[in-house]
Amino acid sequence: MDFENWKGFEGGTWKKEINVRSFIKHNFKPYDGDESFLEGPTQDTVDLWEQVLDLTKQEREAGGVLDMDTKTISTITSHAPGYLNKDKERIVGFQTDKPFKRALMPYGGIRMAEKACRDNGYELDPEVKEFFTTHRKTHNAGVFDAYTPEMRACRSSHIITGLPDAYGRGRIIGDYRRVALYGIDRLIEDKLEQKETTRSAMYSHIIQEREELSEQIRALQELKQMALSYGYDISLPAKDTKEAIQWLYFGYLAAVKEQNGAAMSLGRTSTFLDIFAERDLKNGVYTEKEIQEMVDHFIMKLRLVKFARTPEYNQLFSGDPQWVTESIGGVAIDGRHMVTKMSYRYLHTLENLGAAPEPNLTVLWSVRLPENFKRFCARISIETSSVQYENDDLMRFTHGDDYAIACCVSSMVVGKEMQFFGARANLAKCLLYAINGGVDEISGKQIGPEYRPITSEYLDYDEVMKRFEDMMQWLAGVYVNTLNIIHYMHDKYCYEKLQMALHDKKVTRWFATGIAGLSVVADSLSAIKYAKVKTIRDENGIVVDYEVEGDFPKYGNDDDRVDKIAYDIVHRFMAHIKKNHTYRDGIPTTSILTITSNVVYGKNTGATPDGRKRGEAFAPGANPMHRRDTHGAVASLASVAKLPFIDAQDGISNTFSIIPGALGKDDRIFAGDIEVDLDCSNGACGTPTLFEGLDTEE
Amino acid sequence: MTGYIHSKESFGTVDGPGIRYVLFMQGCPMRCLYCHNPDTWDIGKGETITPDEVIVEFNKNRSFYSKGGITVSGGEPLLQVDFLLELFKKAKAENIHTCIDTSGITYNPENKDYTASLNELMQYTDLVMLDIKHIRADAHKSLTGKDNGRILEFAKFLEEKNIPLWIRHVIVEGYTDKQEDLIALGEFIGRLKNLKALDVIPYHNMGEVKYKELGLEYPLQGMNAPSTKQVQEAKNYILDGIKRARN
Repeated sequence: MDFENWKGFEGGTWKKEINVRSFIKHNFKPYDGDESFLEGPTQDTVDLWEQVLDLTKQEREAGGVLDMDTKTISTITSHAPGYLNKDKERIVGFQTDKPFKRALMPYGGIRMAEKACRDNGYELDPEVKEFFTTHRKTHNAGVFDAYTPEMRACRSSHIITGLPDAYGRGRIIGDYRRVALYGIDRLIEDKLEQKETTRSAMYSHIIQEREELSEQIRALQELKQMALSYGYDISLPAKDTKEAIQWLYFGYLAAVKEQNGAAMSLGRTSTFLDIFAERDLKNGVYTEKEIQEMVDHFIMKLRLVKFARTPEYNQLFSGDPQWVTESIGGVAIDGRHMVTKMSYRYLHTLENLGAAPEPNLTVLWSVRLPENFKRFCARISIETSSVQYENDDLMRFTHGDDYAIACCVSSMVVGKEMQFFGARANLAKCLLYAINGGVDEISGKQIGPEYRPITSEYLDYDEVMKRFEDMMQWLAGVYVNTLNIIHYMHDKYCYEKLQMALHDKKVTRWFATGIAGLSVVADSLSAIKYAKVKTIRDENGIVVDYEVEGDFPKYGNDDDRVDKIAYDIVHRFMAHIKKNHTYRDGIPTTSILTITSNVVYGKNTGATPDGRKRGEAFAPGANPMHRRDTHGAVASLASVAKLPFIDAQDGISNTFSIIPGALGKDDRIFAGDIEVDLDCSNGACGTPTLFEGLDTEE
Repeated sequence: MTGYIHSKESFGTVDGPGIRYVLFMQGCPMRCLYCHNPDTWDIGKGETITPDEVIVEFNKNRSFYSKGGITVSGGEPLLQVDFLLELFKKAKAENIHTCIDTSGITYNPENKDYTASLNELMQYTDLVMLDIKHIRADAHKSLTGKDNGRILEFAKFLEEKNIPLWIRHVIVEGYTDKQEDLIALGEFIGRLKNLKALDVIPYHNMGEVKYKELGLEYPLQGMNAPSTKQVQEAKNYILDGIKRARN
């Protein structure tokens, strides 16, 4: 297989099979230089961005939504092309026929879609409602047909929270680079071959596989059609940088036209695109200025991805995030760092267009990244507070050098691994159930199994641990089985056909679970162990509050006495999770990464033995509880770093806010022989850590 | 050997080069009007810690500190010179960068024992950050309650020992921002051959709440923090002074 448009690229396995990593490996050029080559925004970029800012203002004034489609069901080809200003846009494509108009996506659940319309002041077309209520079932309807009473109870008592049973699960990253490198025709050919080679005995999973492959092929055809409506024929590989960005973006656009997922991440595209850019620069096809302009327009498009959502959804996720995460940098297995000029160009959009939370530009940090790039990242972070960092040295070990981050920390090999997103189990509440024998501390209802409650006035560590262990085992069972139903139904009624078309036939499926309230549980158990905790009961004998007498070691101070407890909880809960059957042989993993929803989880949880009051927010992710880490950030990070990544491969987050001034002095050191160090390397940290410079929060 | 500390900070980024482990030592003889840590004043109180404990804690997270080290700050760390000596000896044996953040007020050549310890400590000290509150003796006294003679002598002592020196100076409106004083300060430090850096710090009132907690009256009630521009101006005057001294 060879194409004219591949001229100038080094060969490799990638020419014989669909294998983007091989293409990158044979063709990318690490860049060690500094940022001086970068170009500012063109007039067209400035004009378009002003237009965007104006529309954003209008949207805000309109109460958060400027326009919404209430009739046309969003599909890859449902809408005519949309533009900001066709003459000025180098990269084109919107989810609907105009920018800022949100699409109607009812396959996740018709009630959610209807509510999203209503809450934003729109009325869902009655025919659509009727159709999706009576004739076409949704993911949400399927799930509730299968839920057991126990699952429903756990859901409404919030011991399992945020489940993707009424909205798109997201977290899947299509390998959008394939569209640019191979063109649609070759991808379809590959999928047809996959369909030819399924097993012939029709077990239900083989039937499912064949049906899905057909869906995928259809999605690829629709993608081609959608691109044609914008005037681009993407049958063949992209011939230059502009086409490569455009082809790749069409792939992503098709995904966000089809799915309103909880995280719709982009992948790891910068170094891939750099190969095209280097070829064009060498052949004089484009100038640096032109390439930066394309990148600016591409990133601008990613900033304008919008979904119709409800206020409750926005409360759970603190805002209206799309998690268009792009992973930048990292180190290749052969030891070369993977920073290219395109890595700089992506981050430079934060200067050309100004700071923004989306796309979520994520640097895969390694101590082996080139010094110039580290300094550039540090500067951009300080100036824009918009860069996320994750530990490549840690993740490369399990995921190799072509993984990307979905959402905020979930790592997966692009095109080869996907994830069943699983929200979180509230372990703090689980501990309270252990104490109260399965009775919910807020509603007073029997939710968990009626195990023997603790009746003593003061809590005994060994007794509590034993009960907690039993309750965790119960919770893990209900939780995993609830997720089994959810993912079965999502595949059935809301299948991500385009994203999965950009995956291999054999896909590794991570069965993601999650933990909320880790630091609350660790501190609670530490209080029970090292201080005295007195129970306070209501008239029914339910423990509703606790009095802590004396001091105790608190998670977040690099103190092994309590850090070991945190470690054990993660490890044990995971062991219970693993005992359960998982849908489609998903490999169980867990995450400790509530970035924002910790507020909602805390609100629904009673007082805990660490002295936390009823309703008080949990700390985000694996963070120590607010103001309990009293020895500074290194000690705090060190506690987090002790958590077992091997059990929590879906990610451990530590949200760390800092005012830029506290990261170091910007004073000129005139003697020149002492360097003031702005390099915030967290190479010692054992877990991916969110390290954001913020000067507005906290 | 134990030292009295007020607190420790595992992620110090403004007290010397790199990311640093900072020990805030308890006790200070000065009473600077703008002091933001009045809770470090009392001598012989607070939590205790041994040099070995510090080294163990530092080494546990050593990779964070690859370009940093240990800073002793305070309070006035040189009040506990013997503790510092033992700590820095151990630190240097482990190849850890050491730094003292001091007011220099404890310098006293007449006290032979103290000077002997100090002399020895300097063998294990990589950097001193000396905070000169005011260059004029009278103004220094009204600002801090102490003369600055010993402090300036201490700066020369460090020069003699060739210890790398960073000078810190806090800008408080109406107290430390006069042009001629700043130039004079610049001229003084400009003559020091060991001077490596100048750190001009704006006054802030974040310490005010601590005074309330301690039941103390806040001496600079209502004082505003200087603007970035004011601080930059002040710094330029000091730099002018340095240039004059060096030409």
